[in-house]
Amino acid sequence: MLKYTEDHEWLRLEGDIATVGITAHATELLGDIVFVQLPELGATLAKGDGAAVVESVKAASDVFAPLAGEVVELNQAIVEDPAIVNTDPQGAGWFFKLRLADAKAMNGLMDEAAYKKLTE
Amino acid sequence: MGSAALDQPNLMTTPLHSLHLELGARMTAFAGYDMPIQYPLGVLKEHLHARAAAGLFDISHMGLIALHAKSDDGRDASRALERLVPADVVGLAQGRLRYAFFTSVAGGILDDLMVGNCGDHLVLVVNAARKEADEAHLRVQLVDECDVERLDRALIALQGPKAEAALALLAPECTSMRFMDVRTLTLMGTECMVMRSGYTGEDGFEISVPADIAREIAEELLANPCVAPIGLGARDSLRLEAGLCLYGSDIDESTTPVEAGLSWAIQKVRRRGGGREGGFPGAETILGQLEHGAPRHRVGLRPEGRAPVRAGTTLFAEEGAGLQIGSVTSGGFGPSLNAPIAMGYLPTALAVPGTTVFADLRGKRLPVDVTKLPFIEPKYKRG
Repeated sequence: MLKYTEDHEWLRLEGDIATVGITAHATELLGDIVFVQLPELGATLAKGDGAAVVESVKAASDVFAPLAGEVVELNQAIVEDPAIVNTDPQGAGWFFKLRLADAKAMNGLMDEAAYKKLTE
Repeated sequence: MGSAALDQPNLMTTPLHSLHLELGARMTAFAGYDMPIQYPLGVLKEHLHARAAAGLFDISHMGLIALHAKSDDGRDASRALERLVPADVVGLAQGRLRYAFFTSVAGGILDDLMVGNCGDHLVLVVNAARKEADEAHLRVQLVDECDVERLDRALIALQGPKAEAALALLAPECTSMRFMDVRTLTLMGTECMVMRSGYTGEDGFEISVPADIAREIAEELLANPCVAPIGLGARDSLRLEAGLCLYGSDIDESTTPVEAGLSWAIQKVRRRGGGREGGFPGAETILGQLEHGAPRHRVGLRPEGRAPVRAGTTLFAEEGAGLQIGSVTSGGFGPSLNAPIAMGYLPTALAVPGTTVFADLRGKRLPVDVTKLPFIEPKYKRG
């Protein structure tokens, strides 16, 4: 299941683990990304907590926890090479994985059609 | 995304505005103008292209001012201008440019600029955000000696190792110009003022063009596959790598030229013991600092790690405790170094390359190393 937030994050759910990243639209707005700071492995995040920081050439942006959960995996590749987020934001450019506190909360997020409408 | 002008209808536009939109630029409001921040290539690639080949920049928002001596003797204009800047203008030869700054009574900087000797007049290139204030300053202070004329022209910068070859297709004589020369050359049948100068650390030119043929000349230069359009985003990262000050960030009325590391632009003849010592606003303070030193100094900074450290970030001497000792005035990512870089001010004792200070970044203190400026080796065509 693939869902989106108003803050331009996407989540892909497999079981109770959600992979989180930022959307292609977000990367277009940000421009070239030069730095990524990921959350601490094992951190417990509430929905809306600051989870990661993304720096483009011009400015820093916060990435928020789209839903409550525990950070169970980090994508070191984008820390080593932030450009991956620009080239493949919804694939290899994923940020972290969350074990969701409540997987059913995914239903409250936007689907692809609704997100597309938001970004028109 | 469209242009910022859609939201702010009072923004001014340059003669190349429609070209930027056609090239797919992302626009932003800057100094009251609707300007390109980047083109589809993106800031990083535009920056790297300017250092590898040639970049074309629209800098028409900047101010171009001509100073004519009322006496018709150009030297009178030079003498008059020396009342406002600590530079040697009288000794500036015809066909040459010099970096200078207007100083305030307190010894601070009102604006930095380039001044060129065009024979029967001086030409000044000033910052967009200060051009109205600068023009007023000149009109008031030089009312008896000079006619101050605002030149309504486009200004195009062509910068990079391939800039000379690209411009030579339009004006072959540009190849005989050295860094900081200024000449009138004919481009596509029209006389243009060409300066061998820039704001990137690369070899290149800044060309003043009549507004009505600006687009034609820009398109002719862009037709060359080596030349790419470059926006303000990359212009900023290029000048930061070159260690060049941005007025309003690294220099302003609260910074003296000595603190800012710009003493080199105050030639000997204007210093204590020189033939035309002082005679500019703030001379007491500035000449005093030249002799006895300044309390703080602008430095280059290299954050350890990859996180950019930006303007406004506070600096500390120690990781754990202590009071703020300085701050960052410009900072970002240096694409040619593939690392974050910054400039800021530190107490003179700590403003020594190799010193480590600490930047408060999102609540944590990150080590930042003082380095010499510039970060990259300039490629000016001297001698």
